[in-house]
Order: sequence, then C-alpha cells, then structure tokens
Amino acid sequence: MSTKDIIDTLAGIEPGSALDAIRARRLQARDNAQKSYLSLFEPIDASEVSLVERAAVAVFVAGLHGESPVSAFYRAKLAASAERAVLIEAIEAEIERGKTSGPYGAFPVGPLSTENKAGLIYRVSADRKPVLGARLSAALEHAHLLVFRPRDAASADMKVLLGAGWSNTGIVTLSQLVAFLSFQLRVVAGLRTLGASLGRPASAAANA
Amino acid sequence: MSAASTVNPPVVFTQDELGWVSWIDPLPEAELTERHFAGLVDRSRAKSEYFRLLVRDPEVLEARTKTDKDIFYNTADGLPRAERELAAAATSRYNGCIYCASVHARFASTYSKRRDDVQRLLDEGIKADLGERWNAVVKASVALAATPIAFGPDNIDELRRAGLDDAEIVDVINGASFFNWANRLMLSLGEPTK
Repeated sequence: MSTKDIIDTLAGIEPGSALDAIRARRLQARDNAQKSYLSLFEPIDASEVSLVERAAVAVFVAGLHGESPVSAFYRAKLAASAERAVLIEAIEAEIERGKTSGPYGAFPVGPLSTENKAGLIYRVSADRKPVLGARLSAALEHAHLLVFRPRDAASADMKVLLGAGWSNTGIVTLSQLVAFLSFQLRVVAGLRTLGASLGRPASAAANA
Repeated sequence: MSAASTVNPPVVFTQDELGWVSWIDPLPEAELTERHFAGLVDRSRAKSEYFRLLVRDPEVLEARTKTDKDIFYNTADGLPRAERELAAAATSRYNGCIYCASVHARFASTYSKRRDDVQRLLDEGIKADLGERWNAVVKASVALAATPIAFGPDNIDELRRAGLDDAEIVDVINGASFFNWANRLMLSLGEPTK
C-alpha cells in the first residue's frame, strides 16, 4: 500500500516495535482498517459526499473527542482541501459548542427507561448555518447525535438528512464516516496508552 | 422507507435472536453488481437488509467486513473468542445497541459457556460483577466507549493483573473499538424487531 498505515502513524507505532509486531499478527484487520480510511477519504466515487464534506465532518467528530494527534491530523486534511478559512473557523467554533460527555440518550420505553440520561441536543448555531450550508449543517448535527447519543437515533433523523439534500447512498457514507472515526479514534487512543505503558516496570503496574 | 408502524421493537436487552429493519432503502437484490458482491464479501449477505443497505458504499463495506472478521475470528496468539465477544457485548450494552448486544451476548455465551453471567451483564448493566478477568474486560471496553475516551493506564494495569498479555490487550482494544463503529450503524440506520 502506498500510504503509510494511518493508525500506526497516529498511535506513534514505529516499525520493529513491540506493538508493530502485535499488530502484524492481525494483518487483515490492520490492512482493512487502512483500506476503510482510504475508501472514506480517497474514495473512487465522491459524487454523493464531497471530499471537503468528509474532511469537515472528520474534524468535527475528532474535535468532539478532544485534542489529540487524530484531531490535528484531520484539521490539517481539511486545511489542505478547503479553500475557505472561514469554513475551518466555523467548524472549530461548532466543536466548542458541541463538546459534552457521552454516551447519553433514551432507551425504548420500558424497563430500561430508568437508565435514560438527558444531555445536549446539539444544533448548529443560526449564525454559522450560512457559512456551513444546509447539507453540512445537517451532517454535523447528525454526527453529534451519532457520537454522543446514538441510542436516540430515529427514522425522523433520516428524513432530516434527506430533506437537507443527502441521498440514501450519501447517508450510508456519512454514517460509515462517523462510525469509522469512532473506531479509529479509540484504537489510536488504546494503542497509545498501551505503548506508553510498555516502558513501565511490572511492579509499578502491580502497585498502581 | 420501511413502515415503522409494523415494527415490534424489543425494549430490554436479550440474548434472543432479533430482526432488524432499515429506515432508508437498501439496494434491491436484483440491482446488485459484481462491485456490490465484492463489497458484501460473502454472497449470502445479499439476503440481509442491513448489508444491502451498507453495500450502497461497497468499498467501505468490504474493508469494514474484513476488519471485523479478523478482529473477531482470528484467535491465533491472542484473546479467546469469548472475551472478544464480551468486549463487543459490553460496548453495545453501554452505548445502548440492543440488536448488537443480542448477537454478541449470544456468541459470548456460546464460547464461554457462562450464559448466566452474560445475562447479568445485559440485565444489571456494565457494573455487574463477573469476576476479575471479565470485569477488567468490561471496564476497559466501557472506558473506550466513553466520549471523551476514558481509557487510561489504570485499564491496562487491570487487564494485566487479570492475566492478559499485551497481544490480548490489543484484541480487547480492537474488539471494543470496532463495536463503537458497529453500534452507530445499527442504531442510526434502522431498528431491531422481535
């Protein structure tokens, strides 16, 4: 593959390291996590979701998870693909408005209702809608739903996206994008944490 | 658009077999091309509404499916299948995906022969006491599922104390992280049916 493995890059895994050897035992997973990334960010068909939309949603999703090498990576990707600095500024401002803690949301009405947890129902600020446009505004609101309260998702949310100009296929790609990033961010965070622990003596781990 | 009025959704976590219906139109079987079959990986998946929906973006589906299969089925030198399924079930319980939890709780029961413990995870939730090793796997999975991500050195230490080596810890990280992908698709594109 031509591009360097993105999870290794973001997790700081060096060739020949202990984690490199462990990841090599799951080569199909490693190669296909990479192919997932490439098929979302370098797709053979971007007609349903533009490259700028993909990068903008990625910056938003990564940013909602807090500052990390992943969020910096997607911010650089958006800067490289977006001609308008005002778009990047708008996404950054929306990240600050959207930050909260999840997962929360409601379960189907019944015994699980006692576990319902209320939280922010994020909407793009009216001021920034003209900058972001109807399609991207709807995508950011949907991404926030998927990141923080996926159990609140309902068929009405599909209608909102369709009404904002998203096609059925575009909705599938958008959903895969947010869901894939939810995976990638966690693999990177997990591997970074594990990698940092490898230098520590076992006794320190036992007493922690 | 599937008729929501015909859906009979489950309202509790269960190990029973559930159905799933899409809220937007899957591709009709008759319209699938070789590009789509490559995306489905297994041709038999053309019978599934879920996969015929995801195959609208065949390249992403193909890569996702192959990632999934290796993380869960490739058990050489790593965590037993039962505990990968436990990570998937715990993640699904915490995020609230009744459908995903049903599938992977069943697998966890099958491979561990600890059906009652798996059911306690579903009934009592992520705080259920399932013994040191399973508690460590559940806790690590839950910490990874939180946003912001709450997984830290304490989770690594707990997994090590419970007897997991570094390769097994990577399997926990992969399995739990993957279900943050799967849960969001299953929860947001359709709903389970009894």
